[in-house]
Amino acid sequence: MNKKKLLGTPYFIWSAIFIVVPLCMVFYYGLTDKSGAFTLENIISITTAEHSKALWLALVLSLISTLICLLLAYPLAMILCNMKVNQHSFILLIFILPMWMNFLLRTLAWQTLLEKTGVINSVLGFLHLPPLTIINTPYAIVLGMVYNFLPFMVLPIYNSLAKIDENIINAARDLGANGLQVFIRVTLPLTIPGIISGITMVFIPALTTFVISKLLGGSKVLLIGNVVEEEFTQASNWHLGSGLSIVLMLFIIVNMVISAIFDKDGEGSVL
Amino acid sequence: MNKILIDLKNISKSFDGQMVLDDLNLYIRENEFLTLLGPSGCGKTTTLRILGGFETPDTGHVIFDGADITKLPPNKRQLNTVFQKYALFTHMTIAENIAFGLKIKNKSKAYIDDKIKYALKLVNLDGFENRMPDSLSGGQQQRIAIARAIVNEPKVLLLDEPLGALDLKLRQDMQYELIRLKNELGITFIYVTHDQEEALTMSDTIVVMNQGYIQQIGSPEKIYNEPENAFVADFIGESNIISSTMIEDKLVEILGVKFPCVDTGFGCNQPVDVVIRPEDVLLSSPANGKMKGIVTHLIFKGVHYEMEVTANGYEWLVHSTGMFPVGTEVGINVDPFNIQIMNKPASEDEEAVGVNE
Amino acid sequence: MIRNTAKKIYIAFIFIFLYAPIATLIVLSFNASRTRAKWGGFTLKWYSELFQNEEIMQALFNTLFIALVASVVATVIGTIACISIMNLKKHSRSIVMGITNIPMLNADIVTGISLMLLFISLGLKFGLGTILLSHITFCIPYVILSVMPRMKQLNPHTYEAALDLGAGPVYGFFKVVLPDILPGVLSGFLMAFTMSLDDFIITHFTKGAGVDTLSTKIYTEVKKGIKPEMYALSTIIFVTVLVLLFLVNKAPSGKNKK
Repeated sequence: MNKKKLLGTPYFIWSAIFIVVPLCMVFYYGLTDKSGAFTLENIISITTAEHSKALWLALVLSLISTLICLLLAYPLAMILCNMKVNQHSFILLIFILPMWMNFLLRTLAWQTLLEKTGVINSVLGFLHLPPLTIINTPYAIVLGMVYNFLPFMVLPIYNSLAKIDENIINAARDLGANGLQVFIRVTLPLTIPGIISGITMVFIPALTTFVISKLLGGSKVLLIGNVVEEEFTQASNWHLGSGLSIVLMLFIIVNMVISAIFDKDGEGSVL
Repeated sequence: MNKILIDLKNISKSFDGQMVLDDLNLYIRENEFLTLLGPSGCGKTTTLRILGGFETPDTGHVIFDGADITKLPPNKRQLNTVFQKYALFTHMTIAENIAFGLKIKNKSKAYIDDKIKYALKLVNLDGFENRMPDSLSGGQQQRIAIARAIVNEPKVLLLDEPLGALDLKLRQDMQYELIRLKNELGITFIYVTHDQEEALTMSDTIVVMNQGYIQQIGSPEKIYNEPENAFVADFIGESNIISSTMIEDKLVEILGVKFPCVDTGFGCNQPVDVVIRPEDVLLSSPANGKMKGIVTHLIFKGVHYEMEVTANGYEWLVHSTGMFPVGTEVGINVDPFNIQIMNKPASEDEEAVGVNE
Repeated sequence: MIRNTAKKIYIAFIFIFLYAPIATLIVLSFNASRTRAKWGGFTLKWYSELFQNEEIMQALFNTLFIALVASVVATVIGTIACISIMNLKKHSRSIVMGITNIPMLNADIVTGISLMLLFISLGLKFGLGTILLSHITFCIPYVILSVMPRMKQLNPHTYEAALDLGAGPVYGFFKVVLPDILPGVLSGFLMAFTMSLDDFIITHFTKGAGVDTLSTKIYTEVKKGIKPEMYALSTIIFVTVLVLLFLVNKAPSGKNKK
């Protein structure tokens, strides 16, 4: 028995050095100034006009994206689940396959599609519809977020739907519930873990992204992710960057706590 | 009597501070069919796993054929196990499953093929070599699990609730099958079950366990007819266990009525427990009974009727081929040799230590 | 009937949404014009020039090398860790799993900068090595989370049965346990490989000057304009994966053969 436990030692050491220690360092840098003295200034700087605006915009955009993802993903997951293709791996593949094309390129491709003279506007013009001019606006960023993170919403919801025993649905019907009642009273509550996990998987990367805003928002839109990235790569003010990261992590922790409450057994995992 | 093959000495084992076995002592003879019987959590499976080498006892020794094997890993032991739910290797064919142990021992191909044929014949599944375990029924998988174990010619076969996952009819068939196998192989079987019927049917010796303690060791007849305490009486078959007073040798007062019995040596006016099997309660017309009662429940069970009779404030469980409708007044008689007297635990503490703890 | 049509249209809509950019990139790879904005006629020249472009080839090599090494190392460490985690007590198990979840739940940007700070304070030279360490770190959780459920389903008695029949622990693991958890190990490996290949953010913070993966190369090219060879390369990778997956799905599953 003890021998088996020892097998985990390499990983335990690894995760201590590369997961726990680095996080502590973020906290160290975030709570000190350049001379190494304790300060809360880095964190408080989130309240400056520039930073709070970036944070607020990131929050709004990522919440909107998460909501759109949820609304798109749930019906999709239900349809996929009922298709009885029931090849779990096949469904998984459809959504993982795009990842084999580089994420930056895929996002850039939306530029081509959305441009004033791009593919979409050509199609719209052909149909005598008004052109779409959303490139370099927050709308394009939302579109990029939804596009990139939709799979992370579909998969956990699909998994939790697939887990529901058909006889539970049958029992609800047998007891007199109609389609809508079955959905609201049985299906939806049973998929809460999947929904929560999907929300986490979409909201966190959307909130913290700096790539999507850079590629689709032009230089006009600045999100909190862009601010942090610039502090590290251009301004080289690691203390400020770490301080802002701590603020970001607060949102992540709140999100984790919420999902821990709803999903005690880790049922809604992506895989 | 055959010689002693396995000797468990002062075995104790606890998991997470929970005592599972407390100073267990037990020996097993060569060619014996020994059953460890008890409710879940009684320590029977742990005892078996200690024998198989999957657990190491905290204290005590396992002596096998004169050698101490307490610390020997399972792959070095001369005994094989038939696991709960079979534990067949689902990615291998039946033949590969059976050959597993032999290949490790580097036996020749001809020898292995021979053994596979022999083992499949023994369990009545000739021709199944190339099937996959998934395509077999539960009963068939069970037989393969047995075949896989016995080709290694173990001196002892350990069986961990092997029939638990089978349905009733199949379970009964497999019981006869196991007895036949044991006689053909001439090896020791150590069998773990919570099913008293299985234990009574197949065993030479039954070890009744509860809460980490051995409650009684004996032949099936002895365990059934002469349970040593209330736990054994209650666990083996249905019974009426009534708190009574031993008036003197061969006379016991049950629910205020004096019954002659055959036991002696319990002293005078001592509180005792009395066990009376439901089939030993004889019903008659009220006038002929030692005690009068009213039939309160009646169920037809096939071989007999099962009735509950309220008499002198106690609900008697009665099995009888004669039928008395609910509401009938009946008389109750018990033959003296069917009254089994047991010592009451002297105090709450002793009960806690002896039976419950 | 109408319902079914509506469902099909909905799926088609999502499918187009997911794959339109990919189709766009594939079309662009055949575009003779150097800019994305206009169609200059069909050409295959980017495909031939691709192989002459040493920078892109180097970045491709780096990407594949990192993804392969990181996912193999992560798979080995992760799978072995699973055996150990299964045997931990409930309390310590939930601590370990909690830590394992951090890279999955934490924002990539935070993971990236935290590793960057670590490497700086350890005085490591930024380059392939630091990228590898980071990738292994975020790959292991994918392996663990996909192997663990398999491990839990495993009948613990099959391993014991192997020992009981005379197998040593290592032989028993490879012969009996591994075949049973193999689907989980493989899908963990694939997830890890895919995530490593597709990663930009963490690589962005942990790479050194002069070392590029495809992602970081593309990122630096964004401002000057992406070289069309990049589209060609992506198309080749995508089509290769597609064909491989198709073959794997079509191939008779070896389950019943053996």
